[in-house]
Amino acid sequence: MSQIAARQRLYRRSRSSIFHGFDPVLTAAVGLLLFIGTLLVYAATRDWYAHNGLDPQYYLKRHVVNIAIGALLAYGTTVIDYRLLRAYTPVVWGLGVIGLIIVLIPGLGSEVNGAKAWIALPGGFQIQPAELAKISIIIGMSMILSERSHDSDEPTSRDVLQALVIAGLPVLLILLQPDMGTVFIISASVVTIIAVSGSSTKWVVGLLLVAVLGAFVATKSGVISDYQIKRLQTFVDPTADTQGTGYQLRQARITVGSGGLIGTGLFNGPQTNGRFVPEQQTDFIFTVAGEELGFLGSGLIVLLYLIILMRSFAIARRTNDPFGRLVTTGVIAWYAFQLFENIGMTLGLMPMTGVPLPFVSYGGSSMFATLIGFGLLQNVHARSRG
Amino acid sequence: MNQRSRLSLLVVQILIVSLLAALFGRLFYLQIAAGPKYRNAALSIQSRDVIAPATRGLIVDDYGVPLALNKVGLAITIDRIAIDKQPDKGVAVMQRVAKLLNLNYSDVYTNTRLCGELPKGQRAGCWTGSRYQPIPITKEADPNIALQIVERSDQFPGVNAQPIAIRNYPGIVGVNGAHILGYVGPLTDTDLAKGNGKQYFKSETIGKSGLEIQYDSFLRGTPGIRTVIVDRKEAITRESQNTKPIAGDHLITSLDARLQAATEKALADAVKRGRANGYTSDSGAAVVMDVRTGRILALASYPTYDPNAFEKGLTVQEASDLFSEKKSVPALNRALQGLFAPASTFKIVSTVAAASAGYDLNANYDCPSEVQIGNRAFQNYDSKDQGRMNLKKAIALSCDTVWYKIAFDEWLRDGGMHPKSSPNDYFFKAAQSFHIPQKVGIDLPSESTSRLADRAYKKSWFEQNKDFYCNYKTRATKAQQTPFLIQLAAENCVSGDKIRAGDAVNFSIGQGDTVVTPLKLTQMYAAIANGGTIWQATVGKAIVKTDGTVVKTITPQKLGTLSAAPSTIKFLQGALREVVVSGTGRGVFAGFPIEVSAKTGTGQVFGRNANGSLKDDTSWFASFAPSNNPQYAVVLMVGQGGFGGATSGVSVRQIYDTIFGVKGNKIIAGTALFPNGKPPTTLPKISPATKPKETK
Repeated sequence: MSQIAARQRLYRRSRSSIFHGFDPVLTAAVGLLLFIGTLLVYAATRDWYAHNGLDPQYYLKRHVVNIAIGALLAYGTTVIDYRLLRAYTPVVWGLGVIGLIIVLIPGLGSEVNGAKAWIALPGGFQIQPAELAKISIIIGMSMILSERSHDSDEPTSRDVLQALVIAGLPVLLILLQPDMGTVFIISASVVTIIAVSGSSTKWVVGLLLVAVLGAFVATKSGVISDYQIKRLQTFVDPTADTQGTGYQLRQARITVGSGGLIGTGLFNGPQTNGRFVPEQQTDFIFTVAGEELGFLGSGLIVLLYLIILMRSFAIARRTNDPFGRLVTTGVIAWYAFQLFENIGMTLGLMPMTGVPLPFVSYGGSSMFATLIGFGLLQNVHARSRG
Repeated sequence: MNQRSRLSLLVVQILIVSLLAALFGRLFYLQIAAGPKYRNAALSIQSRDVIAPATRGLIVDDYGVPLALNKVGLAITIDRIAIDKQPDKGVAVMQRVAKLLNLNYSDVYTNTRLCGELPKGQRAGCWTGSRYQPIPITKEADPNIALQIVERSDQFPGVNAQPIAIRNYPGIVGVNGAHILGYVGPLTDTDLAKGNGKQYFKSETIGKSGLEIQYDSFLRGTPGIRTVIVDRKEAITRESQNTKPIAGDHLITSLDARLQAATEKALADAVKRGRANGYTSDSGAAVVMDVRTGRILALASYPTYDPNAFEKGLTVQEASDLFSEKKSVPALNRALQGLFAPASTFKIVSTVAAASAGYDLNANYDCPSEVQIGNRAFQNYDSKDQGRMNLKKAIALSCDTVWYKIAFDEWLRDGGMHPKSSPNDYFFKAAQSFHIPQKVGIDLPSESTSRLADRAYKKSWFEQNKDFYCNYKTRATKAQQTPFLIQLAAENCVSGDKIRAGDAVNFSIGQGDTVVTPLKLTQMYAAIANGGTIWQATVGKAIVKTDGTVVKTITPQKLGTLSAAPSTIKFLQGALREVVVSGTGRGVFAGFPIEVSAKTGTGQVFGRNANGSLKDDTSWFASFAPSNNPQYAVVLMVGQGGFGGATSGVSVRQIYDTIFGVKGNKIIAGTALFPNGKPPTTLPKISPATKPKETK
């Protein structure tokens, strides 16, 4: 029996389930990451909440709800015909931009840790428009750079400029919040998409130069606020600010380092339970893994990301559809740079910014966006097979 | 997909794999390679040790009379956790307390700050312990004031009064003992740094000098430790260990409180006597040793200080006085740290040397007024011609010229300025056999090593100084450019590495570069007294637990034996007796009912005092008694004290009065310190309430 026949059988079988078209390895890796993340969110908050007379499962419950909503969104994104997706993209992009404008309006946006990144909703809910902007930028750029109005196989400069406008407006608004972490992640994704779109190398090199120049000018000209410069300073010299940012980074490093090979065991980390690291259920969630699960557990998390990314690269290669490939590339770059920024910050490799760890950190907007991205990957994967 | 896209995708993939590899690498470094370091860091963040100090062991004399004990003081303490919760961080409360206790607010503030909270350079007086233990701001509060504080707890939140142990040197029968006992103080960072393996805890009180530091590991005990785990808000979440303090062991010494007090008084009297006779008399030391064991029965140094001053809290003035030259450096324990030329007391070494060189100790020798050595005449003491006499008499009258002659002859025989390859060196060898260049090995810190100015010493001295003497005109100050000194420098440059005739001659009468500690001289005289055994000096006798079990017995050690014929030692014992019978010690001991053997010494000192006056002679009196059955050696010296007999001898007699129970010229029955002339061999029961035996 030929290999093709076997594949076809497998395909028919999978088609009958509701996970029709899902890449099983990708799905398993993401599922495992979500499970580990749930345990970590619980571990990060239960002891402290119990000690302070609050419901120790407060964050756990909300996190599970977030995952459930995110899973539905992911499923929706997977099964939707992406012609429809293209049709909705301008709407999504527009909503994202409006959201980013709203957060900047005093009274409507709420400021956390120096960044006006949230819109407060009734009932204690908050949404972060920048997370949704990531998706609209990736799809919007992919659309423009994959549509060919002529015979050329490569996007013209006009296409690239159009794509940059799509990305540029939201990035500008995020710069005003300011949320440098997200700017960094989106910028990296933009350059990646343009590079993979087959655009002229001049564009790629040029954009990289602009990014370096932009960063330089921003630090010098005062566009970046004081607290960000402080964060950068403490990254270069951790003793510069021992109580604020430097303290947090030092505590994070100590917490991870103290885990050793096998960690203290889940729920048993004294650093975590004593709440020595701030924002431990969101930006610093990786420290919980470091302390309680040790090198084995936190290494497993990095390994799961590696599997997810490698699997996504395979999807990007396999698909015949340029749009699907660019969307996949965009999501890959988004995930990769965001996780590198987050874990890198925890381990002292990157300056401190407030970006969550994909699939793991507590936080609705981020969880929804990440899972929609996952849906996009699956969508492309499914289409690439017929 | 076109070629460029394919390539870009590959580049992106490689980049991303490298980023993840970097994360893996960093993770490995933090958790595996540097894991232990971070684990320790985490532990110090989470856990807090609260130290409950152990009761320090007592130091007692041979009958159990306490020399160092613990007094209950009333401490006023500040609880930082409570006080920091005040809206003004406790400023008002501390101001009220300071006013009530008559303290400076700034002192109270400093005393209650952890050292890390204060800027570098302003940490004097900071609290070395943790935030979680009560911090004492005074240890001797008035009970009435303490009561006011406790009763008005609304006014004094976080302030408490509690009984606390403070180290106390009770001074029973007038004992001072500062130089032997030492003192205690709070642990400093320096102590921690040189703790080499010893486990210290911050805020602990440890021995700082004397017996307190020597036997600190026993006396200190083990503090109780309560370790608590705290969270970020410093709230205690649980307790991880809790051990009770274990009281320190007691130290039993061979000192006798009554004798110690008498020795201190005799020394102070000697200094007074010296001053009354017109001498500067700025310092002194006295040692009483049991010649059969080397145990120290009393040891004193002048000037002294109040050992309790440290626990009371030393003022800056008091602290600087301790080391002030003007006040003759009271911190110095001269008995084992002071180095002085032994002068005529050194003739016991010269006698041993002469005997081994083959001189007949019973023959007659000339004692002229001076001896010509090369182009220089060496004078007898007082330039007196005493005629011809036997050596015994020469020692009794302290004739110097006899020794000049012998030393010069032996120097010539050894080759003079061109020494033989293996000279006899009888004098140096005799000194060596008295263990002069070795430590006495006393169980007290910082003993100085006595110096034997032999050929090796000369060579090393020359190496260090030849540059100065050979370039004297440029190196020396203007005041030093006198014809005599220039001449001397020229000589030193040519032959400074050799023992010259003058050196050999001076050596024989204990002058020159050879210097000894009073304790070393005591050890030497004890060796003559006991027939030739060099004992290690010991103060500690035993370490016992609070329940009386013996932890450690300190047995005296023989360090060596004098290489002198028994007949030579016998001769010396007789000669030293003759000193008291008919020689320089006769007047002092006239009518004394116990036979005493002794030697006086009057050592020349060169140089000037701060006020410009020439330095006076060192007054020595070295002795043992009873002559026919030696039990005790007593050495007393006064720096710049003048004559040996007149200044020091009288005080040595005072000490013997106490030992043997003598009043005037009579022995008063039942008043001798030790029955049968033997200090107690059994260990006493230890109680802080032990009183010394009445000596009537």
